[in-house]
Amino acid sequence: MDLSTTYMGFKLKNPLIPSASPLSANIDKAKELEDAGAAAIVMYSLFEEQINQENEALDTFLSQGSESFAEAMAYFPQPESFANAEAEEYLEQVSKLKEALDIPVIGSLNGVSAGGWMKYAKKIQEAGADGLELNIFFIPTDPDMTATTVEEMYIENLKTVKQHVSIPVSVKMGPFFSSMANMAKQLDDAGANALVLFNRLYQPDIDLEELEVVTALEPSTSYELRLPLRWLAILYGRLQADLAVSRGIHSAQDVLKAIMAGADVTQMTSVLLQKGPAYLKTILQDLINWMEEHEYESIEQMKGSMSYKSIAQPAAYTRANYMKTLQSIR
Amino acid sequence: MERKMVTIDGNEAAAYVAHKINEVIAIYPITPSSPMGEWSDEYSARGQKNIWGTVPSVTEMQSEGGASGAVHGALQSGALTTTFTASQGLLLMIPNMYKIAGELTSTVFHVSARSVAAQALSIFGDHSDVMAVRQTGFAMLASNSIQEIMDFALISQAATLEARVPFVHFFDGFRSSHEVQKIEQLTIDDMRAMIDDDLVRAHRARALNPDNPFIRGTAQNPDVFFQGRETVNPFYMKTPGIVQKAMDKFAKLTGRQYRLFDYVGHPEAERIIVLMGSGAEAVHETVDYLVERGEKVGVVKVRLYRPFSIKDFVAAFPKTTKAIAVLDRTKEPGSAGEPLYQDAVSAFSELMADDELPFKYPKIIGGRYGLSSKEFTPAMIKGIFDELSKSKPKNHFTIGIIDDVTNTSLEWDSSFITESEDTMRGMFYGLGADGTVGANKNSIKIIGEETDNYAQGYFVYDSKKSGSMTISHLRFGKKPIRSTYLINKANFVACHQFVFLEKFDILENAVEGATFLLNAPYSKDEVWDKLPKRTQEQIINKKLKFYMIDAYEVAKKTGMGARINTIMQTCFFAISGILPRDEAIAKIKGAIQKTYGSKGEKIVQMNFAAVDQTLANLFEIKVPDKITSHVEMKPPVPDNAPDFVKDVTAMLIAGKGDEVPVSKMPADGTWPSATTQWEKRNVGLEVPVWDEAVCIQCNKCVNVCPHAVIRAKVYDPKILDNAPETFKHTKVRGKDFPEGWVYTLQVAVEDCTGCELCVEVCPAKNKQEVGKKAINMEPQIPLRERERENWNFFLEIPDYDRKELKIDTVKGSQFLRPLFEFSGACPGCGETPYVKLASQLFGDRMIVANATGCSSIYGGNLPTTPWAKDENGRGPAWSNSLFEDNAEFGLGFRLTIDKHNQQAKEMLQDMKDLVGAELVEKIINAKQKDEIGISKQRERVEELKKKLEKIDHPNKENLLSVADYLVKKSVWIMGGDGWAYDIGYGGLDHVLASGKNVNILVLDTEVYSNTGGQMSKATPTGAVAKFAAGGKPLPKKDLGMLALSYGNVYVARVAMGASDTQTVKAFIEAEQYDGPSIIIAYSHCIAHGYNMKYGMDQQKRAVDSGHWIMFRYNPDLLKEGKNPLILDSKAPKIPLEEYMYNETRFKMVSKMNPKAAKEFLQHAQEQVELNWRKYENMAQMEFSEKGE
Repeated sequence: MDLSTTYMGFKLKNPLIPSASPLSANIDKAKELEDAGAAAIVMYSLFEEQINQENEALDTFLSQGSESFAEAMAYFPQPESFANAEAEEYLEQVSKLKEALDIPVIGSLNGVSAGGWMKYAKKIQEAGADGLELNIFFIPTDPDMTATTVEEMYIENLKTVKQHVSIPVSVKMGPFFSSMANMAKQLDDAGANALVLFNRLYQPDIDLEELEVVTALEPSTSYELRLPLRWLAILYGRLQADLAVSRGIHSAQDVLKAIMAGADVTQMTSVLLQKGPAYLKTILQDLINWMEEHEYESIEQMKGSMSYKSIAQPAAYTRANYMKTLQSIR
Repeated sequence: MERKMVTIDGNEAAAYVAHKINEVIAIYPITPSSPMGEWSDEYSARGQKNIWGTVPSVTEMQSEGGASGAVHGALQSGALTTTFTASQGLLLMIPNMYKIAGELTSTVFHVSARSVAAQALSIFGDHSDVMAVRQTGFAMLASNSIQEIMDFALISQAATLEARVPFVHFFDGFRSSHEVQKIEQLTIDDMRAMIDDDLVRAHRARALNPDNPFIRGTAQNPDVFFQGRETVNPFYMKTPGIVQKAMDKFAKLTGRQYRLFDYVGHPEAERIIVLMGSGAEAVHETVDYLVERGEKVGVVKVRLYRPFSIKDFVAAFPKTTKAIAVLDRTKEPGSAGEPLYQDAVSAFSELMADDELPFKYPKIIGGRYGLSSKEFTPAMIKGIFDELSKSKPKNHFTIGIIDDVTNTSLEWDSSFITESEDTMRGMFYGLGADGTVGANKNSIKIIGEETDNYAQGYFVYDSKKSGSMTISHLRFGKKPIRSTYLINKANFVACHQFVFLEKFDILENAVEGATFLLNAPYSKDEVWDKLPKRTQEQIINKKLKFYMIDAYEVAKKTGMGARINTIMQTCFFAISGILPRDEAIAKIKGAIQKTYGSKGEKIVQMNFAAVDQTLANLFEIKVPDKITSHVEMKPPVPDNAPDFVKDVTAMLIAGKGDEVPVSKMPADGTWPSATTQWEKRNVGLEVPVWDEAVCIQCNKCVNVCPHAVIRAKVYDPKILDNAPETFKHTKVRGKDFPEGWVYTLQVAVEDCTGCELCVEVCPAKNKQEVGKKAINMEPQIPLRERERENWNFFLEIPDYDRKELKIDTVKGSQFLRPLFEFSGACPGCGETPYVKLASQLFGDRMIVANATGCSSIYGGNLPTTPWAKDENGRGPAWSNSLFEDNAEFGLGFRLTIDKHNQQAKEMLQDMKDLVGAELVEKIINAKQKDEIGISKQRERVEELKKKLEKIDHPNKENLLSVADYLVKKSVWIMGGDGWAYDIGYGGLDHVLASGKNVNILVLDTEVYSNTGGQMSKATPTGAVAKFAAGGKPLPKKDLGMLALSYGNVYVARVAMGASDTQTVKAFIEAEQYDGPSIIIAYSHCIAHGYNMKYGMDQQKRAVDSGHWIMFRYNPDLLKEGKNPLILDSKAPKIPLEEYMYNETRFKMVSKMNPKAAKEFLQHAQEQVELNWRKYENMAQMEFSEKGE
């Protein structure tokens, strides 16, 4: 049984990758994942915006009320330096994971400025990451901002990073483009080594009693695989970039579906947070069992086997609404 | 060896040396010496080593008494040990100082000398503290300048090791401790050269050591104690010589030669001033000026004050001396003269008696100057020299004040100035929050360290913590600067806040042709017409060069928010020409990189952008030749203020307090209360505006308002007949009020600080636009006139009858008039809502003992006081004794009240037949449990007083004098955690154990707030504070648990933001409980490091996370067979991290040391869980059987 696959230029022993999550913040948990069979690991995201905001807050509040009142020139000791002002902890964690694990370690970055994308991408590479996943999301609220502008921003971010790092770079993108396939192609042309479908964003809710908007990330379910499944199937075979799925993977069945649709690897978090890192082993075993039962020899064999171009009725992937059509016409 | 020039203040100069030549440092924070301890802690936290290669250990103690004990112990066990203190702190060290001196122990205490509290507390500088320890046996060495502070810190240490006499090294609080000067920094080699390691080892060898045991500290009896006391004489006799030797050695090293008494002046001077401390610099400057103009004057600077070397002292005077004025910066009421004067007289008399006086006995007069940092200027000094010219100069004079009571004061001509024209003198008026002082400190560093100019900076702060004004006084020039007084002739004036122009005569001190820089929210074309008339007049008449910038606009555009420091600093350099413009910009950027570099690139870039944008937005305004403005400056208080407020308070508000004569001052420190109402400060840029259609009348905003500017009233709508047009009201909700009555929520916009706590806490949301609430912030200026009128009308509406209110509810209690209003606390203060609540519930019969700290400052710092009166003229009687004794002070109130109550009852019994048995019985047996009961008792006491008028009894007058004590009084003992957990804990514990009916309110900010964020025992795990720079590793003390261990103490832990209902209940129960009560109140604070408008949300998180477990322990419940502990918190429901990481005090650890942060978080979470289980178990205990 050959479970191996390739992703971002890495030869992986199987297609199971824990996606960006707090699990990678803990070396022991990361080890557990590796022991359970994870083929690579994507780290939790480094958010440039958060770093900037935290530093601004630090600057503001460390000086708040200072030099105003004779008895209290300042309300805090003023440290000479901050060892973790610019994600040093994150970068150290990259190094630690590299040291502790044999599998590829993929950093994850969300920047807000061109300078930030560049700086932190380089730092993550220097810290020893094998690859880098760009976690790009942007909610365009300005009605004057065109789709093209947004798309160009994505491409620009990717190009900036690609220019400054030599490790492979993937783009974790959202599904909300007018032309998903074209966007994928543009990213592919701009040098993405892989596309990760899709990032899961906070969805606002309304608390009726408090009249407040509440945001929270609910764990995913297998149902969420449906959306990426469609786009995996459509994109398979049309891009240079590898394809990963990163939502709705909860079981070996989900993995199989994704691979058949065209994924090179499958990324998962919710199921590992809910059932523990060791559950990855169960999924892996189930995968093997299913493949044995169904007499598959390798992952490569099934990869894209149910993609848009491989199935008899590709319209199944493009149908958006129920229509009353007469079978007989066909 | 090349020495570095550094630009630092006196505290840093002392700490720099002390840290390098000591092994152990034990301190306790007190203004103005706190920064010395803080510097030491920072040096050690950074791993800086002393000259022997080890990092000194720095320990914060619970009081100065504790610090001196630890110092004594460390010395006795052989460590080189020091401490830093001032004022009351030094006084608390006296017992140990006797011991340390008696045991001939080498040490130096560095003291930033400060007034000792007498008729009032003062944080400012004079010598009353050091003069109070001159009898302890410590040698005393006085530094007069920042350079001398650094030098004498080393000289005193060298001398003490040889002399074995301990030293107090002192310098003037604020004037020297906080003045920034460019000085030459001593090197490690200098220190090594001065400190003899053999003497260090000898010090160690004298230590207590079980390997070489002896005892020290015996009890001696009449037979030998006296002789034992005299054994030290040879050591004291040698000390002056040793100090001079150290000074000589120092001179060889550095070229700076000091003498025990330094003379400066004409070699044939006839008139001499003698003094010590910073004032000597001003005298030196004046003497130089006068001598240059041919006057025969001089100054003797006293360096070594104890042991006082008579011969060296007299030898310092020129033989031509005819008249001497000895100046003391202290007051000893009832003495024959102040200490230095007496020493001088003794010196001359003794030598004359021994026929050793080298010249004819001069006229010697003594005088007092500069108490509490009172200005001491060349004009005053000239006044003293002029007095010495008289045939009968005034002895025991004062200078610097107008004493029109005992006429001690000398006159002076304030137009006399000695400042060099070559010196650039700049005054900068800023708002505390705008970073002006920080920017100026930065500028001084740039000029001091990057040019060959001498530089000096001194900063004057406000007495308020919100909307406070700062004035920076900066001098730069090619000659050394000895001007230890404020600038009164400035050639550069910068006003960083436009509103100041309406309140203060900002250009009063500008000289002709000076430069004026203004930050104005206007364009360059508009600005002139917006200026007040007075400002225009001054600009035209003094021919000022006028520049303006809209700094807030530049700040906004460059992401700097409200911080205009970098922008105004750039303007200063651009205009002043003190450095070439490009060079100045480069230096500013260099300083930005240095200051902000550690906080990330973004912050640096933001500041760079601000610098770059500044020049494009800085304009020179062509000054028109005529006045166009009709805007007059505002009077400090309105016309309807009481006479005292108009005569005295108004002067203080206007910054003219120096002109108040002695006759206008209360003789015993008694001041009228309820005066903040006259000081309309208008500091809130935005203020809350009520939307009556959305309001649900919960009164939560009234409850949380830290400044009591939001008030609610319910009243008969007939009153509205005379209401101003814009006065709002709505139908009152709830069945507790008469049908048809109306409700108004009114904001005192001129007293509001704009903190927004009210908006955050408002639960009512606008149904059409949920982002709006029942109160919303709007710009203040357009509302000011209208709302002033509405507020005044609102005040005239009668208060609702307090007997009819449900005061045990939040809503009901908030119709009670606050008798604590418009304090100077920080905007969004977390303490004052509790103080205000107590004043509402009990203010009309409340007596308050207030520990020193934030609450005593916003409660009692002049010019005005927030403690107010009700319509009957009743209100809280308030006093601050000290920091450490507050619980005992308050207990004293209770003892008096109980005694007077008892005496009144005894006399009533005696007069029963005359007064009437029924009334007497009713008065004596009155239950005064609630408002109705108290009101009835008041009526009875009034009836009694009327009856007494007509009665003839020898004790009648005595009974009248104590009759008011028959009405229940409420004793409140208030203070912060520094007091309750640390310095005052012993007393607090004793008072809790006394069983007496007192109410203790602990305003727990979990840190020393007033002195700037030092760790207390209330500081929780993981919080950064001064002396816990890496985060506090140990948990917070559970004061509540300690208090409830007595069993008969009412204990409550409250957090208004989590449950205002529980807070109100706890206050009422505590007051009703006939025994000691303690309420520990979570008080968010500026020292927690977040936007204070979210203070109440954070309180909720503190409770929800289990950090702050709310409970009430009511011993009265035991009588009912119930468990006295009621847990008002639910089990922790959010992770502690959600609470902690909203606050910089916790969050910053993750930025400094992420590993430690994780460990703290984990430990703190474990503690939370453990604590919860502990309280939960206790609350679940069955008490019914014991309740029989």
